[in-house]
Amino acid sequence: MTTLIYDGSFEGLLTAVFEIYEHRLQHIKIEKGEWLATALFEDVIKVHTDERRAGRVLQGLQKRLSAGALQRLYAVHMAGMDGEDINIVGYIRYVIDSVQNVEEDYGNRYVLRVAEMVRMIRREKHRMEAFIRFQKLQDETFYSAIEPDFNILPLLGKHFKNRYTDQKWIIYDMRRNYGLFYNLHAVEFIALDFSTTRPDNVISTYTEDEGLYQNLWKNYFNSVNIPARKNTKLHMRHIPKRYWRFLTEKI
Amino acid sequence: MNEERITEKLNILADAAKYDVSCSSSGSKRKNDNNGLGNASNGICHTYTEDGRCVSLLKILLTNHCIFDCAYCVSRSSNDIKRAAFTVQEVVDLTINFYRRNYIEGLFLSSGIFKDADFTMERLVRVAKKLRTEHKFNGYIHLKSIPGASDELMREAGLYADRLSINLEIPTEAGLKLLAPEKNRQDMIKPMGFLNKEIIQRTEEKQLFKKAPIFAPAGQSTQMIIGATPETDHQVLYTSNYFYKNFNLKRVYYSGYVPVMNDNRLPALHTSVPMVRENRLYQADWLMRFYGFKVNEIVDQQNPHLDLDIDPKLSWSLRNLQVFPIDINTADLQLILRVPGVGLQSAQKIVSARKFGKLNWEHLKKIGVALNRAKYFITCSSVKFERRDLTGSAIKQYILAQSKSKYLKNSVTQLNLF
Ligand code: SF4
Repeated sequence: MTTLIYDGSFEGLLTAVFEIYEHRLQHIKIEKGEWLATALFEDVIKVHTDERRAGRVLQGLQKRLSAGALQRLYAVHMAGMDGEDINIVGYIRYVIDSVQNVEEDYGNRYVLRVAEMVRMIRREKHRMEAFIRFQKLQDETFYSAIEPDFNILPLLGKHFKNRYTDQKWIIYDMRRNYGLFYNLHAVEFIALDFSTTRPDNVISTYTEDEGLYQNLWKNYFNSVNIPARKNTKLHMRHIPKRYWRFLTEKI
Repeated sequence: MNEERITEKLNILADAAKYDVSCSSSGSKRKNDNNGLGNASNGICHTYTEDGRCVSLLKILLTNHCIFDCAYCVSRSSNDIKRAAFTVQEVVDLTINFYRRNYIEGLFLSSGIFKDADFTMERLVRVAKKLRTEHKFNGYIHLKSIPGASDELMREAGLYADRLSINLEIPTEAGLKLLAPEKNRQDMIKPMGFLNKEIIQRTEEKQLFKKAPIFAPAGQSTQMIIGATPETDHQVLYTSNYFYKNFNLKRVYYSGYVPVMNDNRLPALHTSVPMVRENRLYQADWLMRFYGFKVNEIVDQQNPHLDLDIDPKLSWSLRNLQVFPIDINTADLQLILRVPGVGLQSAQKIVSARKFGKLNWEHLKKIGVALNRAKYFITCSSVKFERRDLTGSAIKQYILAQSKSKYLKNSVTQLNLF
């Protein structure tokens, strides 16, 4: 068993795959992060991210995968799901070792697992498109905080840019501490420093009618409920509790 | 805006609109290419009510004043309730401000009848027009057309709305006569015919001239109340089928009657909502629209009601055992779709995956097939075939014993109803 440690980037992962082939490794573990003392006792390779080596692997993938499948693979890696790198590497190896395009070979466990992950990411992206709630700040920017399970913020830009072309907005990932800002022209990545901003300062920057519309929305949410049809289980399945603290109607 | 008054209006007019189930925001492809606000192309549900229904649109009545007295409706004139009416501007403001905060995909606007059909319809159209032209709003707009409104107004509505609907309310003409004697089924059907013609004509124009305006791009839908009158599922589904075929409806919605009135023509106040039946009707409808089932395969004179304890596909399979077993590795997609426990997605995955090698039980399970049902109807590369020589009712018992349907508990009370 050999452990490969890489820097967490997609290029780094592709470099790791290159090394797997170079050293003809069969049984591997793959980990993100720094060189750890405990790792000294195992068989460990520290992967130095290398553009040329990563490029070779990428070329191999491009030859055998459709552009869409490659994009999905990239998104799956970016999403940062725990413990999944080994499956992503398994997928890459299966693709490279096959003569034909195997992206639809759902009988293979890696192909199936990647498809599952794509589904999970899509689902969370879709949920965010639904559950993001903007609050209007005094400078007319619409602000929203989120805490998605996976790193899907980069996948949201296009949707919200098409939707809100005529308003400035910020979507901020509190867990990963970075956000998207649309300035009426383009979407950019930003980082905010919340430590210096007291909560009451943030509140006072909302527009006057923000409270009115939040209350109207809460009222609406209650008015449309039909008690005779109450179904709490179904309700919870649709809106898992972990999202509630960001939902105006659930606060 | 006067906060108290607008809150009260919203409460009254959202409450009155909530029994209308058609709330989907899909089926349109309106783009945001005027640098305006929003696009109608996603069909997102933004929240879910505590009864588990999706909230995608701001669904309100313009007014709950009504000159009619339909027995099944809370807004009926003889009902002693608080009345309210929004101004055109109030609806526009609510829609825009909710949309900007990502609460909704758009507006579903319905109304009681103020004075006459045209007077009411004209206001509905004005809301939509204002949103589209003054606010460059591209979100979803669904207008409930008022039966009997003039062709001119219907045409204008089609220019601004994504979807138009006229509710049939009761599946048969006789049922409607009983509960809404002032209403006339022909008044509902005539504008549907008009819209259908108009939609077809505009779509053809659009193919010829790219710049031709879009017209009700999400088409028309309707709704039927189920369980207020004694129609069979056979009557309900044949009505749906008729409207799908002849008026190109995009959706028929089935709304289990929620008893809100004491009226001896209607089920008593404490009667429970027929939720299982409603669910089975949606499943049957789904089979007709996406799985290639004909309506007479699902219900007929001999079997006028859907089974409440099993879904309609399983029901069909058990009545048609001679079709099975189906070989997963060779059968056409259309046939695979008929296997209980195989959904649209798994069927497509099966057809893709088998190009790489024969599929066995393990593969099918991974692909997402519900084997506890499917295994009685298929063979794959493994030798054993589960059904052996089981009869239909034995299979049904096995499947029921294994799956604790979430509806099973309800269905006991359901069955008492009939
Ligand atoms: S016409 Fe419409 S709003 Fe008026 S009572 Fe009948 S169903 Fe209700």
